[in-house]
Amino acid sequence: MKKYFSLSIFAVAMAFSHVALAAKGVYQTPAAFISQSFVDRTAQAKVLWLTKDDKAVVADILQHKFNRMRIRYWQVDNETVWILNEIGKEKPITIGVHIKKNYINRYKVLTFRESRGDEVRHEFFSQQFINATLNKDNRLSKNVDGITGATLSVRATKKVARLALWLNAKVITNSL
Amino acid sequence: MMKKTLIASALIGFFASNAAFANQETDELRKVIADQQKVLESLERRLNETDQKLNATADQIDVNTEGSLFSNTTIGGYGELHYNNYEDKDAKVDFHRFVLFFGHEFSDTVRFFSEFELEHSIAGDGKAGEVELEQAYVEVDINEGLSSKVGLFLIPVGIINETHEPPTFYGVERNGVEKNIIPATWWEAGVAFNYKPAGGVSIDGAVTSGLNVGDDFKIRGGRQKVAKATAENLAYTGRVKYTAIAGLELAATLQYQTDITQGGDNFEAPIDTAAATLLEAHAIYQVNDFTVRALYARWDIDGEEAKALGRDEQTGWYVEPSYQVNEKVGVFARYSEYDINAGNSASTTVESTSVGVNYYIHENVVIKADYEDLGGASDSKGFNLGFGYQF
Repeated sequence: MKKYFSLSIFAVAMAFSHVALAAKGVYQTPAAFISQSFVDRTAQAKVLWLTKDDKAVVADILQHKFNRMRIRYWQVDNETVWILNEIGKEKPITIGVHIKKNYINRYKVLTFRESRGDEVRHEFFSQQFINATLNKDNRLSKNVDGITGATLSVRATKKVARLALWLNAKVITNSL
Repeated sequence: MMKKTLIASALIGFFASNAAFANQETDELRKVIADQQKVLESLERRLNETDQKLNATADQIDVNTEGSLFSNTTIGGYGELHYNNYEDKDAKVDFHRFVLFFGHEFSDTVRFFSEFELEHSIAGDGKAGEVELEQAYVEVDINEGLSSKVGLFLIPVGIINETHEPPTFYGVERNGVEKNIIPATWWEAGVAFNYKPAGGVSIDGAVTSGLNVGDDFKIRGGRQKVAKATAENLAYTGRVKYTAIAGLELAATLQYQTDITQGGDNFEAPIDTAAATLLEAHAIYQVNDFTVRALYARWDIDGEEAKALGRDEQTGWYVEPSYQVNEKVGVFARYSEYDINAGNSASTTVESTSVGVNYYIHENVVIKADYEDLGGASDSKGFNLGFGYQF
């Protein structure tokens, strides 16, 4: 009898699988994140082309090669928003970062695609990035406590925060 | 009068010719400007075209890059090479584990994951190694908070059973408590669900194949590894995990095995039903660069046969503080005790004290060294060296 119990559970799971949410793992769209960051102001969409030297810095932050030639961002005055992807264990995590006066003002995991490590999408984790800035070594000025069992996801979120701050500093400096 | 008229006529003629000359010059200038305007417009048009071509090229390159980034099929892996040198054994070097992960996402809500492992470098008759399938399951997201999986998967218990890539833990070898008591790495076939009622709270349940111990009642030896495994008596596992505070993990697993002898398969005479309960609890707390891990595990096994061996109770615990000196270097200390004969009155507890260092060449590549002093029922000391990687 017991041996059929497991099969029953799986059958029930399958029966309900058709109600699975299509947007599973999408917690906010990039457009919504951008508009919430700039409130009533219209952000200008821009593109930052990366030089060879830029890519070297990006690769140092990400700890792997970065193959893209440019990065899109949105800017109003000295505020920027970056929508960046970084792989946790296998799949990219899409993260929105709003930077104001070189400090992280908003930080949100927009899409999480893996089956483990999704604790990083919760407020208790992401709020640790608020008010973080970049020090001279391109490290975060604040300590971010990790989540056991989500080591790779945590690592990806830290990298994205550092990358967004570095990119922000670059475009703000260029626009002065 | 005549003279004045002549002078005036000359002046008029002079200015008229000058004006005509100026008009001609202006026309020429206008023509030059118009020509230059056309050139500028042409250049601007070509610049826009070049810009469009450049963006189209970059778009295509980005699409190709994104294509691999969002690929539905993924591979990964890890491996570790160990050197063990203890005073009571010959020194050994061993490519302990070479592991490949293969995963495939059938849709947003249905995915496959597998872990294929070669242990001890070479497998076959008379060889030290084994080829093992440690994970192969399909997972289905039922809704945002609930998922289910079926197949062969890791039992949700302990700290390293589910996460054991070398860069994620200290020590060359996995700790003796989780190896001998839990027993990691431990996988079974069955069905499981994961429910997340709130952020940072996770509940797991699983119905799986059970252990099948020999007449020594050693838990580690009871793993059937889903190889034509006897499935007369199943196991039921439940885990609650709390990670809602950054840096903190609290978890407890309770497992009930209906009979870890599978009806006495490995025994000559009829024996008592050996139902067994595993209780495991652990805590991990990280503050800045300091982390402490602590784990306790205990088996209670029914039946006279286990009791006669003193193996009706098997327990272990450890505590492991560690400090990440910088991004390259981390150091740790660990004290552990485990006893697979805790049910007897003899002193059979193995005590282990370890200290060591992890040096990260890259965040995914680590060199490890540790020194271990074994006491209690064991009496030895030695050191281990190793390197490991994951990708």
